[in-house]
Amino acid sequence: MADIRPSGYSKHRKKQTYSRRLGTRATPLQTLMSERVGGMGALILVILVLPLLLSNNYQYDVAISMGINAIVVVGLNLLIGYAGQISLGHAGFYALGAYASAILTTRYGLHGALAMPLGAIGVGLMAYVIARPILRLSGHYLAMATLGVGIIINIAISREAWLTGGPDGMYVPAMQVAGVELYGGQIWYWIVAAFLILAVWLALNLIDSPIGRALRGLHGAEVAAETSGVDTTRYKVMVFVISAVMASVAGSLSAHFSEFVTPDKASFFHSILFVTMVVFGGMASTFGAVVGAAALTLLPQLLADFASYEHMILGLIMMVVMIFMPKGLVPSLGALARRRRRQEARS
Amino acid sequence: MPPALVELLQFLFSGLTSGAIYALVALGFALIYNASHVINFAQGEFVMLGGMVTWALLSQGVGLPLAILGAVALTVLIGLALEKLAIERARNADVVTLIIITVGAGIFLRGLTSVTLGKDLHALPAFSGNDPIDILGATLIPQSLWILGVTAAVMVALHLFFNHTLLGKAILATSHNPLAARLVGVNVNFVLLLSFGLSALLGAVAGILIAPITATHFEVGIMLGLKGFAAAILGGLGSGPGAIVGGLLLGIIESLGAGYISSEYKDAMAFVVILGVLFFMPSGLLGKRGTERV
Repeated sequence: MADIRPSGYSKHRKKQTYSRRLGTRATPLQTLMSERVGGMGALILVILVLPLLLSNNYQYDVAISMGINAIVVVGLNLLIGYAGQISLGHAGFYALGAYASAILTTRYGLHGALAMPLGAIGVGLMAYVIARPILRLSGHYLAMATLGVGIIINIAISREAWLTGGPDGMYVPAMQVAGVELYGGQIWYWIVAAFLILAVWLALNLIDSPIGRALRGLHGAEVAAETSGVDTTRYKVMVFVISAVMASVAGSLSAHFSEFVTPDKASFFHSILFVTMVVFGGMASTFGAVVGAAALTLLPQLLADFASYEHMILGLIMMVVMIFMPKGLVPSLGALARRRRRQEARS
Repeated sequence: MPPALVELLQFLFSGLTSGAIYALVALGFALIYNASHVINFAQGEFVMLGGMVTWALLSQGVGLPLAILGAVALTVLIGLALEKLAIERARNADVVTLIIITVGAGIFLRGLTSVTLGKDLHALPAFSGNDPIDILGATLIPQSLWILGVTAAVMVALHLFFNHTLLGKAILATSHNPLAARLVGVNVNFVLLLSFGLSALLGAVAGILIAPITATHFEVGIMLGLKGFAAAILGGLGSGPGAIVGGLLLGIIESLGAGYISSEYKDAMAFVVILGVLFFMPSGLLGKRGTERV
């Protein structure tokens, strides 16, 4: 079995990509329009231009929250959109990352820059251990298991007050680098932006690699992928761990940025919100994930004016968008634009 | 009786009481899942609505029997509206999309309740007094008897409905094979609508029964819904007897766990158990062992 590999996953030293084998290299224009080059450029451009539009701390806070959520959602999109495996418990990993940073820095005096990778490694190991039994499940059973993991983490964080401060949460001291306190929106904007770009770059490369092809294969037809030699469990576990680690890093960032953590970070609602961001923007589209995260972070802020009607409107918008654009914002609007263009070309 | 046994009996009583409620909620999940393969995450909100609307009607001076009837009727209407306005329009969407729609419906209903009925905790009066009954040294409150009795009656009624009426058989047929059911003349859309109505009814009944014991609140449905889902999965999704066994088992395990292991982790017990079961039996206790056809 060892010699059977998914297409393009060659043992030869020289990387045999799909385009090389078929001689279908993209033209420069196509390269520019692709997600990997064009999309990445657009994202960096938006990140560079956005501060010109931000005038106060509140707006910076919202922009940073968007970035942090986007990191989680880009990772979760790999799992849901590409591997086709649902997780209703990723807020648990997000919260574990946040609490790892909070606890290691306050209780054990570690530096934040050390606490974050330690937390990520811990969450990665944990995700690896639970991934094998959990990812054998499928559909609603998988939803239940991941939901259970998230809720157990949430309850454990609220109950172990000696370590986590319990339901009231705990403070996290500001991170210091070379004697300078990292504090305030202007600094954190660029830190989060750097991590977001890194996350998107990783995700795009993963999708374009043989791993990405294997993932799409197992999403399309798991049995077929298995019979053509793809070790589906291995790839599912790999993506699960990657997405958990990305959630953990985002959690650490949010802990250091807001300097406060509460068990609410691990709530079922928070997990659902992450999944909604993935679907809202458009599944299996990395930039859709970023758009979804931005839209659903901004939405509650805009709805805050409606005070007590906030949740009613949020629920209504979730339902209406999902009913009329089941594929999500980016693919639906893209399809609309294509149709418009075709009509124009015809007339 | 030795005190240890009395204690055990006491835990069993409280476990059976909450287990019966979980079983009702789980049956609601199973009904909708069978008819449409949708997991209705707004099921907990039906439970909440049952309790909250009954309280609201009571506080307006309506008598208890009439208030219960009104609350059940309103919840059923909301269930029907959810199917008609949301689920039916998104029939062919992905599982994740459908989950988000029902979660959105849940958020909407919670918001609606908090706006119209407030965010306070309310207790309903017990149906027939609060004098505890002594059984072998352990005490049982009358409301527990109501819960067990009504749940048993609902199970019998459902059993008769599914096995001895044409409509019930039509629902079963649809759950086995929607296309074949349509070919022999079953109105599949009506079956879908009916299953949402029935689920809402079961949820509302559960919510009204439990409200005198645990009080009701606009967010009470979240945990009850999730545990009902856990119970449905534990028994094997889509299996009626499975939902009942799963609910009762979950209630008893939770009560024993809280009593003997840690009361702090009471709410986590259900999910620890479900993870343990799923690791070894990926389709629940009584679920169909599926082979995937290609």
